[in-house]
Amino acid sequence: MITLFGIFVLSLLVITGIGIVRATNLFAAVMLAGLFSLQMASMFFILNAADVALTEAAVGAGVATVLLLSGLALLDAEERRTGRSRRLAVTVAIATTLLMIYATFEKPRFGDPLAPANQHVAPWYLENTTELVDVPNVVTAILATFRGYDTLGELFVIFTAGVGVLFVLAVRPHNTRVARLPNADAQGLRHHLVPRVVGRLLVPFIVLFGLYVQFHADFGPGGGFQAGALVSAGFILYALLEGESAALEALSFRVLAGMIVAGALLFVGVGIAGVFLGGNFLDYAVLGSTPVAGQHIGILLVELGVGITVTGVLLTIFHAFSARVTGL
Amino acid sequence: MEYLGYYNYWVFAILLMIGMYAVMSRPNLIKKLLGMAIFQSAVFLLYITMGKVEGGTAPILREGVADEIYSNPVPQVLILTAIVVGIATLALGLAIVVRIHEEYGTIEEDEIRRLDQQ
Repeated sequence: MITLFGIFVLSLLVITGIGIVRATNLFAAVMLAGLFSLQMASMFFILNAADVALTEAAVGAGVATVLLLSGLALLDAEERRTGRSRRLAVTVAIATTLLMIYATFEKPRFGDPLAPANQHVAPWYLENTTELVDVPNVVTAILATFRGYDTLGELFVIFTAGVGVLFVLAVRPHNTRVARLPNADAQGLRHHLVPRVVGRLLVPFIVLFGLYVQFHADFGPGGGFQAGALVSAGFILYALLEGESAALEALSFRVLAGMIVAGALLFVGVGIAGVFLGGNFLDYAVLGSTPVAGQHIGILLVELGVGITVTGVLLTIFHAFSARVTGL
Repeated sequence: MEYLGYYNYWVFAILLMIGMYAVMSRPNLIKKLLGMAIFQSAVFLLYITMGKVEGGTAPILREGVADEIYSNPVPQVLILTAIVVGIATLALGLAIVVRIHEEYGTIEEDEIRRLDQQ
């Protein structure tokens, strides 16, 4: 049954993907991309990747769609049709697809526990997590402890991208051809009763769920990345309902910029604290009375740092785009 | 039935090329970004598929159950962070497209090139 459902979702993914490429209206393409992410999230869930499914649903279907739509508000919504022949591109794409499908016959059987990918370090993590870190969620344990360096690197990539967006959009356009929508924003959806009432009810629960996901990461699916996406989705919904200025009153640009830096500094700070207490960089074992207690403290703080930075970056990016639309 | 297990990999290959086709053939910069997002999602699908273990559950350890089979957590960690990095880079790309539109008044690649040559 679950296999059939998987095949159904995979086929839908292909159809949606073709739909995205073929749609000439870019709004339609972006909405299809949101649908694509949702289907991808269900596929990840079927494949036992609960953490990844949660992230994809919050980031791909939620935040990415809103960002692309607010970007599109500044651009032309219609793709111009060219009469150019695409025969070469079609040929290359189909030939490469066939070549890759031919190559898959050499791959290990789907779900094979003896496949090389499942035999390398994965069993070690599964066997030793309880003894060394003692948290049930192995994904969180690897993310925050065993591969803490990698996560720190990823966090700085996100940090850099956020700073990059701010730099690119900080340049004021000297070209007044750009259409401005002066009053569309400040109002939000204030005059639409149903979305406003329902949305207002939803916002606190979305943020609360984000915080649950943040602090429950050791036991269930969750962590800073997912929580950051969820909390910012809640605030973005608030901004859409009440208007940009109301949302910036709740969390101003200055606070958001502080969050971006504070989260990254918290992560690095935990690493350096380990050095001062006699361990290695990002060695949490020395932080607590026992190594396992230290690991728990380290994971909590590091995930908190990730959550703060991700929330800050996503909200800053969203506000940077909306400020462009409204000219605030 | 034997080939059914390869279906995930085939969808990976097809999605990868759908994304690549969008990047290659569409002059519209937003379409190129969406194509890159599809390309990226296809890679995520490949990684998560390879980590799946038959009869396994999500890698969240349950106490008191000794012989539980868990799926491979390592690709999941990698892809989890990659998704968030993906949206950050998508936003950066979108910001650059917005700036291009402000300077050139178009987001079609061939028109931008023509304006550059003038």
